[in-house]
Amino acid sequence: MFLRALTFMLGLWVSALPLAAQSFDDLLTRLPQGSFSDRATVVSALAATGDLRAAAVLDALGAGELHVRPSDGALLRVTGRGTNLRGTDVLTGDAVEVAPRSTEAVRVNNSLRRTVRAAMGVLTLRDPDPMRRLNAAEAAFRAPDPEQLEAIDLALDAEDDARVRAALIQARATTILRGDAPVAERVEAVETIRERSPRVVIAALAPYRADTQPEVAEAAADAVATAERTLQLWSQAQNVWFGLSLGSVLLLAAVGLAITFGVMGVINMAHGELVMLGAYTTFVVQNAIRVHAPHLFDWSLLIAAPLAFGFAGLVGVAIERGIVRHLYGRPLETLLATWGVSLILQQAVRSAFGPNNREVGNPSWMSGAFEIGQLTITWNRLWIVVFALVVFAVLMFVMRRTPIGLQMRAVTQNRAMAGNMGIRTSWVDAMTFGLGAGIAGLAGVALSQIDNVSPNLGQNYIVDSFMVVVFGGAGNIWGTLAAAFSLGIVNKFLEPYAGAVLAKIVILVAIILFIQKRPRGLFAVKGRAVEA
Amino acid sequence: MTLVRTLLGASTLAALLSTTAAAQTETIKVGILHSLSGTMAISETTLKDVMLMLIEEQNKKGGVLGMQLEPVVVDPASDWPMFAEKARELIEVNEVAAVFGAWTSVSRKSVLPVFEELNSILFYPVQYEGQESQRNVFYTGAAPNQQAIPAVDYLMNEEGVERWYLAGTDYVYPRTTNQILEAYLKSKGVADEDIIVNYTPFGHSDWQTIVSEINSFGSAGKKTAVVSTINGDANVPFYIELGNQGISAEDIPVVAFSVGEEELAGLDTGPLVGHLAAWNYFMSIDTPENEEFITAWHDFIGNEDRVTNDPMEAHYIGFNMWVKAVEAAGTTDTDPVIDAMIGVAVPNLTGGISSMGANHHITKPVFVGEIQADGQFEVVWETPGLVLGDEWSDHLPESADLIADWRAPLSCGNFNVATGSCGGAIQ
Repeated sequence: MFLRALTFMLGLWVSALPLAAQSFDDLLTRLPQGSFSDRATVVSALAATGDLRAAAVLDALGAGELHVRPSDGALLRVTGRGTNLRGTDVLTGDAVEVAPRSTEAVRVNNSLRRTVRAAMGVLTLRDPDPMRRLNAAEAAFRAPDPEQLEAIDLALDAEDDARVRAALIQARATTILRGDAPVAERVEAVETIRERSPRVVIAALAPYRADTQPEVAEAAADAVATAERTLQLWSQAQNVWFGLSLGSVLLLAAVGLAITFGVMGVINMAHGELVMLGAYTTFVVQNAIRVHAPHLFDWSLLIAAPLAFGFAGLVGVAIERGIVRHLYGRPLETLLATWGVSLILQQAVRSAFGPNNREVGNPSWMSGAFEIGQLTITWNRLWIVVFALVVFAVLMFVMRRTPIGLQMRAVTQNRAMAGNMGIRTSWVDAMTFGLGAGIAGLAGVALSQIDNVSPNLGQNYIVDSFMVVVFGGAGNIWGTLAAAFSLGIVNKFLEPYAGAVLAKIVILVAIILFIQKRPRGLFAVKGRAVEA
Repeated sequence: MTLVRTLLGASTLAALLSTTAAAQTETIKVGILHSLSGTMAISETTLKDVMLMLIEEQNKKGGVLGMQLEPVVVDPASDWPMFAEKARELIEVNEVAAVFGAWTSVSRKSVLPVFEELNSILFYPVQYEGQESQRNVFYTGAAPNQQAIPAVDYLMNEEGVERWYLAGTDYVYPRTTNQILEAYLKSKGVADEDIIVNYTPFGHSDWQTIVSEINSFGSAGKKTAVVSTINGDANVPFYIELGNQGISAEDIPVVAFSVGEEELAGLDTGPLVGHLAAWNYFMSIDTPENEEFITAWHDFIGNEDRVTNDPMEAHYIGFNMWVKAVEAAGTTDTDPVIDAMIGVAVPNLTGGISSMGANHHITKPVFVGEIQADGQFEVVWETPGLVLGDEWSDHLPESADLIADWRAPLSCGNFNVATGSCGGAIQ
């Protein structure tokens, strides 16, 4: 079978050789000229010549590195920028001297890149590397061209890799559907495509709902309707996941505040800036790693986390010792003073690092996504959910099971009595505030992965954090957890209907009404501690 | 004894200083009104620096009218009412000849009455929503017909886009631009169900729902594009989410009007390659003027990694136009300079000559660029010639009949050609 295909290809190749050789050079000279659509025609024609040299030309073109030398019309692959340019002749692969501005780039845009991808697909359908064959089959599926049907059939005959075969069968189906095959074959093609994931089915079949052959149109409409129903169901699961993910961000931002505001009752307006300091710590750590130990880059966040905790915690202790402790029992003054601190911290960071965003990279294990059914889950969001829950669990452990946690609870419940029992209440105050600040720093490490690292980072979270803590019930850390996730999920269910702006307003109004009814939040702290 | 000697020395020094100052003749003061702190500092600080550079260079060439220029920098701190206060301070206290500044539309609207009342000149360097022409303001940034409409044309004609997702931040520039774009797309025969308009709050960071909505909107078998008027900081999480959810530019391209080289500097651009931006200038455009400008900028700022962007070019053009107009008028007085400004033509950085129109907007080329892996843009399309900014959009019914012409005898910013009267619409 394979042998037959090979001889056929060879025969085709030999018989077409003189014509192809002539027009190949001719096509090459036409490639840099004209508009993008002219160029697309040339690209398809180049691929159709079957000349193996075309692959190198198209590869360079697709990468945006194909240049033409106006003096003699030679095509070069040029890499590098400015004065540091390296050139190779695309046809021979020889290195060529390139002076700046002596060549002109052959411009590519997205649609031309798609054409190149499809054309490369045709050229690489018989590539020895199965990965490239798979890509080629995918490309043929996305950009079906009835003229390639024969090439696909030949490739299918020769293919022995199961995955590539499956992809080729799909590609064959879209190609048949695009052409003018008999009704039965086209309906069969629709049935083949149906097996793919709903989103692909809709993209591939939606245009055929208005097909001239009623049987095809009916089959396509049915397939699209089924796919849409499936997606509809999955979108509910999607909303829950998005909600959990938003909730985890809210939880991270708020849980530190649940300590300083919820447990200690200090209105700390600089909380957001402590988060921002955590994010900048991550930036500094990543920078140091990039310079001194690039192989540790994937570990940068784990290295940054304790440092961010420590640094933000120290700043927190300094704020408590320096300012907040003089203002206990005077909430309005505390609010104003800490707001001042927040402005100072912002401008300090702006002076030190500049007003621009700083680039914090995603380690490889936080990039990309995977799919469960029709649910796309991005790795960075998943890890942030995990991180938030771990931070929460550790915090609960510290508060419930360690001596310092016991002292913290004792001091907040009854300061005088705790003092009489020999607890250094002022020291415990500083530690509690430092703990809350340190957790804010940890939140900064996580937020650096999904948001801008800029001096304004903290401002965006301060209102949300207070909202979560108040809604959950000040003083109750479990309440913060419940509030963060319920607000996240409600927000994400509202967003598709109401839009992001309105969803936020609706939630704010709902919280105001809720607080009217239950001023102490979702889970009110009960008992004698309330009066203390 | 020592005290007396010190005092004596100090007073001689003071006398010496005052004589040199007097000998140096007077200077012309130029106001720079850009936020150096607060949320907008991220974009505006660079413009302050580029103005200082331009003024320094002009002084090396001998200044203007034989006098040296003196920059007066104030910091309105991203606070809109403060812009008005600082503008007043520049004009009344410092007596500047012209002001270069403002970024957001709100800040421009807040200083307009001040410039009108005190009769001074403002050069506004940022792309904006149009629907305005004021006698004291020269708009050197793009109007919608110099950015948004050509970009949409490009996507429609070259990429064959049929479905449109218009995503913007919820304030005046995106709302007006999207209104114009929606009207324009419908006039081109795009159906209602093929357009979605979506607004998000400032600094929006959770894009999961919207990106997944874009994904399903874009997989209905018709070529789809996103037109983004998302502002400032919200762009970074938006592009990160796009990249993570695997939406590539070849499938659903995003064309942005607020993302330039400066914004990309804080981003890992790998996943963004192929997404588009429309501007009147790109740092990558290869002309001798641009190369000279970039070298001068790097020398001035002392950092080879700093990028240049579109609003910087707008200040470059605006400043050179002002210098030329002042020299033509022979004075820095407001009224003669405003009259001399119209028709002034100076080279821009992309190899053309920009000129000031009677509507106080300038002619510019429009470029569509694709993001490259190194954070620069590769131009994939440009308008055949220069385009004059259209202050009153022809695509909206309420402004279709309005024009601005500040030449005598018309001298009107909103002349209604249908009724033949000035003051055709609300400013």
